[in-house]
Amino acid sequence: MSIIKPSFKNTGFNKLCLSYCRLRSVSVDLNHDASLLIDIPDALCERDKVKFTVHTKTTLSSFQKPDFSVPRQHEDFIWLHDTLVETEDYAGLIIPPAPPKPDFDSPRDKMHKLGEGEATMTKEEYTKMKQELEAEYLAVFKKTVQVHEIFLQRLSSHPVLSKDRNFQIFLEYDQDLSVRRKNAKEMFGGFFKNMVKSADEVLISGVKEVDDFFEQEKTFLLDYYSKIKDSTAKAEKMTRAHKNIADDYIHISATLNSLAADDMTANKKNLEKLSDLFEKFRKVEGRVASDQDLKLTELLRYYMRDIQAAKDLLYRRARALADYENSNKALDKARLKSKDIPQAEEHQRQCLQKFDKLSESGKKELTSFKGRRVVAFRKNFIEMAELEIKHAKNSVALLQGCIELLKSN
Amino acid sequence: MATSSERSPPPFPDSEDQDVLDAEEVRGRDSDEDEDLFGTTIDRSEVTAGVIDPLSQQEAKQTSTAPVIDLSGDSQPVTSKIADPLVDLFSDAPPAAEAKKPSSANVDLFDDEEGSDIFAEPLQTKPAKQPQKSLFGEPDEDVFGEPLGAISKKPVPKELKEKSVTTKVTAGGPLQDSKPADIFSQAAASTPSVTSTVNPKTNGVHSEEDGDIFAEATVELSLDSPRNERKKEATAKPSAPAPTSLPAAASLAKPQPPALEEVRDGMNAYMAYKVSTQTTLPMFRNKTFTVRRRFSDFLGLYEKLSEKHGPNGFIVPPPPEKSLLGMTKVKVGKEDSSSTDFVERRRGALERYLQRVVNHPSLLQDPDVREFLEREELPRAVSTQALSGAGFLKMINKATDAVSKMTIKMNESDVWFEEKLQEVESADQQFRKLHALVESLVVHRKELSLNTASFAKSAAMLGSAEDNTALSRALSQLAEVEDKMEQLHQEQAASDTFTFAEMIADYIRLLGAVRGSFDHRMKAWQRWQDAQSMLQKKRETEAKLLWANKPDKLQLAKEEIAEWEAKVTQYERDFERVSATVRKEVIRFEREKTKNCKRQVITYLECLLQSQQQVSESAFSYS
Repeated sequence: MSIIKPSFKNTGFNKLCLSYCRLRSVSVDLNHDASLLIDIPDALCERDKVKFTVHTKTTLSSFQKPDFSVPRQHEDFIWLHDTLVETEDYAGLIIPPAPPKPDFDSPRDKMHKLGEGEATMTKEEYTKMKQELEAEYLAVFKKTVQVHEIFLQRLSSHPVLSKDRNFQIFLEYDQDLSVRRKNAKEMFGGFFKNMVKSADEVLISGVKEVDDFFEQEKTFLLDYYSKIKDSTAKAEKMTRAHKNIADDYIHISATLNSLAADDMTANKKNLEKLSDLFEKFRKVEGRVASDQDLKLTELLRYYMRDIQAAKDLLYRRARALADYENSNKALDKARLKSKDIPQAEEHQRQCLQKFDKLSESGKKELTSFKGRRVVAFRKNFIEMAELEIKHAKNSVALLQGCIELLKSN
Repeated sequence: MATSSERSPPPFPDSEDQDVLDAEEVRGRDSDEDEDLFGTTIDRSEVTAGVIDPLSQQEAKQTSTAPVIDLSGDSQPVTSKIADPLVDLFSDAPPAAEAKKPSSANVDLFDDEEGSDIFAEPLQTKPAKQPQKSLFGEPDEDVFGEPLGAISKKPVPKELKEKSVTTKVTAGGPLQDSKPADIFSQAAASTPSVTSTVNPKTNGVHSEEDGDIFAEATVELSLDSPRNERKKEATAKPSAPAPTSLPAAASLAKPQPPALEEVRDGMNAYMAYKVSTQTTLPMFRNKTFTVRRRFSDFLGLYEKLSEKHGPNGFIVPPPPEKSLLGMTKVKVGKEDSSSTDFVERRRGALERYLQRVVNHPSLLQDPDVREFLEREELPRAVSTQALSGAGFLKMINKATDAVSKMTIKMNESDVWFEEKLQEVESADQQFRKLHALVESLVVHRKELSLNTASFAKSAAMLGSAEDNTALSRALSQLAEVEDKMEQLHQEQAASDTFTFAEMIADYIRLLGAVRGSFDHRMKAWQRWQDAQSMLQKKRETEAKLLWANKPDKLQLAKEEIAEWEAKVTQYERDFERVSATVRKEVIRFEREKTKNCKRQVITYLECLLQSQQQVSESAFSYS
């Protein structure tokens, strides 16, 4: 595994990364059927690119081999996602949200800043800060890998999507997919499409909803989305604040240490102990931060994207509904003019059919989505509470020990 | 050692009142004292064996002041016998001495300590007195003339020390009273007569009131005079307060929130701090009294104290700095958290400042301190105003000081001082850094609390939006837990500020004061050197005159030389005295620091502990 930056030269890095990959931060309730198992056992960082090794184990006959690995890049995942979204047939499905682009900027920036501030710190302090950053970098890396893995796993566990041809090619084709990167025009096109879509959303919002379920679902998802977005931002901030405190502890501990070194009186021991305590504290605090990040923030973040995907489904359905209404109007017009009646009828029928199909599968998807969400939230919350308790107990023990020590002297 | 063992066990029924802090303090003190005991072992044991058994307890207590002395005493084994008493005296006595009168005894003491007593003798009395006077110049009304009074004074510092002990420990009290009192009376009786004769011998100089004490000491306990004095003082103490029958306890406690009171009058509004004192010291008229002081009064007290005691090398505890911004905010009357924060911080700092002053054996004796604590109305301290003429003068003085500091090149003769100075400087730097860090920790903690609060709100919203009832409940519970966490973080931030950051800020200030005392020592040295070079010049002129054979002028020159010689000696002694004081003070400072630091840290950690426990509880209730 190559290393992102020369400063991250760390031999244990590779292994660490792998072992981290085993941990699951976001639990998505997947019905693991053994016929198609996908994981990303390894990932490799080159400059800005991350190369994932996608490993597949299958009993399905549609694949040539039962066990194979292919190298894939982030862009390939995006391509897969986009093709799925654009496929008409899947309009009634919640397409799993595409994994976010790997973003190593923040730890890298911090590393840069740390390098600049090196002079103001003691060597020990600097090393600790660097380690802390490396750990952060690793955490980001690990999360990236996980998110990609989960995307594939959700596809593989979906009864319809797992049969998708493109998905199978993505898994199986052992050469570089060499997906054409989006050029500027397409990028702009994508942007434009988004604009149109949101405008369209406003337009078709006037269309009268025929089904109470979808009506409810729509208001719920809209509301929920804004709330969860807010929560995610807040949780991120909170996590960062924890991290800051942990960083403060490093400095405090280091300063106390140097104070102790200068001190010749009986205070020396106390200071040393205090410094020690803060050092341990920062580890606990750091863990609190990272656990909170994994269990809470990451969960919220993921479901924020997932809800976006569900909203997209609703949009597609609403669009189909609007089409159907329009075709009805067209049919009426045609009848009035008694012209092209069969075509209009045919079109109206098709629209209706499409809409019904969408509604049906959409309803199913949304219901299962809801169940999935509840389960995932519950699991993560429980885990988080447990971890929190563990950390709090840890620090209580630390403090008690330290107080005893201080008092006994 | 019998004494130590006797001493340390007294269980302190501490925890009940005020807070654990004090208990800790007491405990800390004990250990310290024990150490001291070791230092002075010989003296002590002899003493106890010989005369003053009953006192032993008290001695033990008093030893708290002893360590300093012992240290110096040890270094000069030869003079130890003589020197010790003096030293002891010196350490404890100065207060007494001050109070009483400029006693030459003190001066001698210093000399002795340096082992130069003999040398100094002829000149001593004269020059010695002067500095003394300047030092202790203010007449102490109560104590003043009579030996008893003097004696009683001495105990004071002791008692102060014991303050926490005495207040808390009821068991210890009775013992002290009865026994010491007896002894004391004996001592007192014998004292006067013996004094005059003995003093000359031991001290080499007459000391009036102080003398008796010493004399007694020497008389009764010929070997360990240092201890004796101790004893004497110890005894004296009880005796003086005896009528009140309580060991004196001066505890300065400012009651918490009610201590503040705001006097509003436009921009002339100020905060009045209520200073309540509890004491059994005889020098105060009442046992408990309360006065109202404003911030500038505190500053004024410091000004007076530092003027008087600074040049002698005492470390005068500095009060918190003036803060125009903070006060203006308070004045403008925004009832936001930052202004209450500010006031609370300042209140705490002032309280610690007063405690430090009162805990200082010499400073407590200062009439200004007493006045500050006792008098209803204080004349308004003008000089503390930043923009007043006096303030301007002060600034100029400071500037000249700074310049002279740079120009004076002192070749340090004493390695100890050099090391200490360096230590103090690096500690100062580190403390500053630490302070900045802790401040940023507080900021981050506050941020965290804010963020947690907003997350809690948002989680509650999410919970209300959630259509699955179980999940909705879970989310609103999460919101509740996060709300609690927010509270905890906030409390934690407060305790970070009040216990940890404030402690560090205190030390930064104190280290400044320590540096100030080093500076004063340097100035004294400078004076000495100047006088010496002057003397040199005079001698040269004398030689010239001699050579030129001008007898009339020669006489004049000789007189001048004699005068300058006297000055040189005086300045040298000054310098040595200041050095000794500084050394003693620094050691005292360090000891106090260790103790305080430990106590504060423990409190702080206990706060942390509590909050972590609460975190775990609330998380538990959630899951």
